[in-house]
Amino acid sequence: MIWGVLQFPGSCDERDALHACSLLGEARLVWHEERDLRGVDAVVVPGGFSYGDYLRAGAIARFSPAMEGVAELAAAGAPVLGICNGFQVLCEAGLLPGALLLNESMRFLCRQLDLIGDGDERLSIPAKHGEGRYYAPEEVLDGLEANGQVAYRYAPGQNPNGSARDIAGVRNEAGNVVGLMPHPEHAVDPLTGSTDGLRVFEAVAAAGARA
Amino acid sequence: MPRARVLIRPKEGILDPQGKAVERALPALGFEGIEHVHVGRMVELEAEDPERLAELCEKLLANPLIEDYEIQTL
Repeated sequence: MIWGVLQFPGSCDERDALHACSLLGEARLVWHEERDLRGVDAVVVPGGFSYGDYLRAGAIARFSPAMEGVAELAAAGAPVLGICNGFQVLCEAGLLPGALLLNESMRFLCRQLDLIGDGDERLSIPAKHGEGRYYAPEEVLDGLEANGQVAYRYAPGQNPNGSARDIAGVRNEAGNVVGLMPHPEHAVDPLTGSTDGLRVFEAVAAAGARA
Repeated sequence: MPRARVLIRPKEGILDPQGKAVERALPALGFEGIEHVHVGRMVELEAEDPERLAELCEKLLANPLIEDYEIQTL
């Protein structure tokens, strides 16, 4: 599998994402002006502050040529993983439901947390963000839960930002597009304390194969 | 070119921590009796075709899921 890791002006986690992807397959950076993503099997939209996060986080990045390519890949069932700012970009682009708002505390947070994934899988992954409070209207949240579209929740008592229903990450209806606020790409080597992040990449790759 | 101003505010009912923080700071500064503070954004622009501003707001300036907007032509 060939992974493409997007790079916008202001991205800052693309190198770690590239490293994580290279542990699972081939990986290359995709500059935001690249419209044609042929040859890429899976995409990571990484964290950072794309286009300075002006206006709203992710609002401007969604109009980049590379995002047109990502939308096509997503529609074709390819695995797409949005991390932190990438999650915000995917929500702004309408590829995932909901929006990410200013943390309830109004503070940037940076800490290691536990996430609960499918089948009560527990993952230790760091989070670092200022705008990570997941929001969607109640009826949308009900729909996400009913359809199994809540991909990750903060473990009980660890919701760091006031996210609705402890939601840390969601997937689209087909399951091939996943976004989450915490950073699995920073948890792929025992050196940094946890390798649980690799399981997120593996799960997304597998979901793409099923979509 | 016609000038316009777009006001963007958090939707009613969505927690607005910025507004809350400002509101909580007011009594300490001697401003009593001020409530329901909300913080939004204002965008000033000039538009050849002001008719298209609503579309611009829907697509970029506001996120209709979480924000309301108001266009004032000047």
